[in-house]
Amino acid sequence: MNKLPSRLLSIALLLVLGTIFILPFAWMVSTSLKPLNETMVLPPQWLPSHPQWKNYPEAMDAMGSFWLYARNSLLLAVLNVVGTVISSALVAYGFSRIEWRGRDNLFLLLLATMMIPFPVIMVPVYTLFRELGWIGTFKPLWIPAFLGGAFNVFLLRQFFLGIPRDLTEAARIDGCSEFRIFWQIILPLAKPALFTVGLFQFMATWNDFLGPLVFLVRQDQFTLALGLQNYQSMFGGTSWHYLMAASTLVVLPVIVLFFLTQRTFIRGISTTGLK
Amino acid sequence: MTRGEKRELTAGLLFISPWLVGFLALSVYPILASCWFSLCDYSVLADPVYIGTENYSELWHDEVFWQALRNTLVFAAVSIPLSTALAIGLAVLLNQPVPGRGVFRTIFFLPSLVPAIALAILWQWMLNGPVGLVNNLLRQPLDLINRLAGTSLQPPDWLNDPSWAMWGLVITGLWGAGNAMVIYLAGLQEIPAELYEAAEMDGANSWQRFMHVTLPLLTPVIFFNVIMGLIGSLQTFAVPYILTNGGDGPGRSLLFLATYIYQSAFDYWNMGYASALALFLFVLILALTWIVVRFGEKRVHYAGR
Repeated sequence: MNKLPSRLLSIALLLVLGTIFILPFAWMVSTSLKPLNETMVLPPQWLPSHPQWKNYPEAMDAMGSFWLYARNSLLLAVLNVVGTVISSALVAYGFSRIEWRGRDNLFLLLLATMMIPFPVIMVPVYTLFRELGWIGTFKPLWIPAFLGGAFNVFLLRQFFLGIPRDLTEAARIDGCSEFRIFWQIILPLAKPALFTVGLFQFMATWNDFLGPLVFLVRQDQFTLALGLQNYQSMFGGTSWHYLMAASTLVVLPVIVLFFLTQRTFIRGISTTGLK
Repeated sequence: MTRGEKRELTAGLLFISPWLVGFLALSVYPILASCWFSLCDYSVLADPVYIGTENYSELWHDEVFWQALRNTLVFAAVSIPLSTALAIGLAVLLNQPVPGRGVFRTIFFLPSLVPAIALAILWQWMLNGPVGLVNNLLRQPLDLINRLAGTSLQPPDWLNDPSWAMWGLVITGLWGAGNAMVIYLAGLQEIPAELYEAAEMDGANSWQRFMHVTLPLLTPVIFFNVIMGLIGSLQTFAVPYILTNGGDGPGRSLLFLATYIYQSAFDYWNMGYASALALFLFVLILALTWIVVRFGEKRVHYAGR
């Protein structure tokens, strides 16, 4: 067998593909540190002659209320994480550790709702929230998180099903209430899964664009994503150094979070596809 | 029903009650309300007025709708196979004992985490016609080809050219293939090594091993990813919307069904028409998913099941 040449070929391919995948990141950061006139020279200049760190504060100023947007994004992300973890765990418990008639049919219905993406329901949901006086407030962007997301329920149910029956049967015979079993036995055991769900939800909320676009009205309520898009479409023009600096700032928290939680992340994504 | 059964039922329903509320308010009600709104003239400011099937006949004669549908289907048909192939390719490469696997895995995975807003702005810059990095890298090889073959190929002005904008979006999407790659990698690691050894002893070369061992055993994972990719690509909105500065691209080349729903509802306040479009998208997702499931089930190889 000719193992060595094929291995070298693999390494060469990985190096080429790796370079292609990392190039946009490198270009983003490099552009964000260039003076405006160096962003558009031909042939391209790989590195700024003098890194312009002041582009970052200037980009934040140009966007308007950067810190307010960041605060709004963070607030919504935290509320969504809390809501989703609590409600999805409750719902997943009801779908896994208690036997009741019609349970599994109802669970199929829950899975089916994954095929209803937000664009399909956004018109009636908008009019419903409008009736409730929620448009132009944060409510449409966090209250639904307390109603259990189908995907997260699915993930947690898989995990709960894997917890041996014996662990809860004794407590049940002793007359322990379902809620206490859930709270004192299942939840502590499920910490890794709850953490995964919370992490995914944080990312999803931080990245969400259409929701804030539809429901938010006042600029001081904008999230980072919406605030940046507002700046880009109205004043961004060709200020690529600012746009890249602002984009770097939006990406940075996500990258940091990934490196802090790498294992959870990879394991979480791997299990979603295999179960 | 015995008393025990009744108690279990009550407890079960209590635990799932948050989802029940969400299901009724955010799935059942919106679908039913869409059916009603789609038969109405409805601008939000005034109550809906019943107009029969007018929205649907308008939709049938609306060229913009057909273009949005065509774009949506083309995008799904192009981007799903390409990103599946790329993700599997990357996973297979990383499944070998090569140095620096962990670093490469991170490099391929990270782009899939980039928020849509940053992703779109970054690729708007990368795909810029005159000064974008992609075209700068293409220019030299194209010049070489032009000199050798006497052609006059020029790199396209991606996002400003109706016939190239879709490809720009596809490239942007391919950069995010790392998420699926992680799932494929986990799938590859579940394939028992004995199968490869057996195939090798039978004289199978590495391509034959890939085609006859790896790919069949990976079909359940491919099946899952294709369905997720399908549902995801049919609702694509944020990236093309931001790539076009909140529009739909040159000659509406980046107008998708979700974009058109958004425009009808929140630019023109035509909620009735938007509802008809939304129901159409819903039926399209159901139908295509059903086709993929029916078509795929027979081909999926469940090991030991």
